[in-house]
Amino acid sequence: MTTKLLIENEGFGKAEGRPAFLLVYFLLGIAFGIVLTRSEVLSWFRIQEMFRFQSFRMYGIIGSAIAMAAVSIFLIKNSGLTSASGEAIAIPRKTLGTGARYAAGGTIFGLGWALTGACPGPLFALVGSGVSVMAVAVLSALLGTWFYGLLRPRLPH
Amino acid sequence: MNNWLTETWPWYLSGPLIGLFVPALLLTGNKVFGISSNLRHICAALIPSKADFFRYDWRRIGLWNLVFLLGVLIGGLLATRWGAPTVIAISPATKATLNQMGLHDLSGVAPREIFSWHALLTLRGFLSVVLGGFLVGFGTAYAGGCTSGHAISGLANFELPSLIAVLGFFAGGLAATYFILPHLL
Repeated sequence: MTTKLLIENEGFGKAEGRPAFLLVYFLLGIAFGIVLTRSEVLSWFRIQEMFRFQSFRMYGIIGSAIAMAAVSIFLIKNSGLTSASGEAIAIPRKTLGTGARYAAGGTIFGLGWALTGACPGPLFALVGSGVSVMAVAVLSALLGTWFYGLLRPRLPH
Repeated sequence: MNNWLTETWPWYLSGPLIGLFVPALLLTGNKVFGISSNLRHICAALIPSKADFFRYDWRRIGLWNLVFLLGVLIGGLLATRWGAPTVIAISPATKATLNQMGLHDLSGVAPREIFSWHALLTLRGFLSVVLGGFLVGFGTAYAGGCTSGHAISGLANFELPSLIAVLGFFAGGLAATYFILPHLL
């Protein structure tokens, strides 16, 4: 089952195609796009400010986002809640391997993050917000991912 | 609470709201919050490839996330329609540094001197958009996640791989900020 091995970071669900669920994901996506815009996380200026350690803002945002997510995960795990789609909630753990993919891939993404001033979510939100040239960055990112797919067997993981 | 839809939200509102997408997706369909997988899903859907990395049922695995991503784009559109600051209120120190590096127009969400169709044909525009975008796509696929999948979902779940990835994000970001951008701008 290569598929199962390769897709380690995604949840599997039975409710995939159900329109009601897709509508929920769509609405959550809209909410996320609004938050990225109002929080200014999608701004190249905010990313520069962060990498230059000239404001606490981005660190406050990322730190409190992690804290909120961690508390939520803890509560969900301890409550035994199931998802609305009827599944036991489980977050598949990432395999460490040599760690090379995380160090090297992370660093490569970091270079791109500072150059574009955007991570993948903001990249798409920026296209929506009218910085239309970011559509080119999206195409480049697709090309980058595609290129990784070709090189994958030869890269250390 | 006047005009909260059009004003910049403080970090202590923005951050926890972003964090809430993790439980929202888990509680809806046992989904893990992470944006960059979508780049892979789009490749799997659109570009014919023999690479194993793209041979899976993208609809079953990723349709929910692609729908979420479409929402992100529309959310950006809506929020900007309602109103957006003409100038992002970055710190005076950052403004001074950027001015020094040769950026004069600090209005908009991203500097127009780099991120516009006109600037795309300049060296700094091309490298920022085209090379930057490529590195984002390559790096997130290699690392298996981005800011959402590793920094938020991964760290919140206390995963060592995500900690390594996030340290890489910052190593790369700092290198680009201090060693590449000053020559580029």
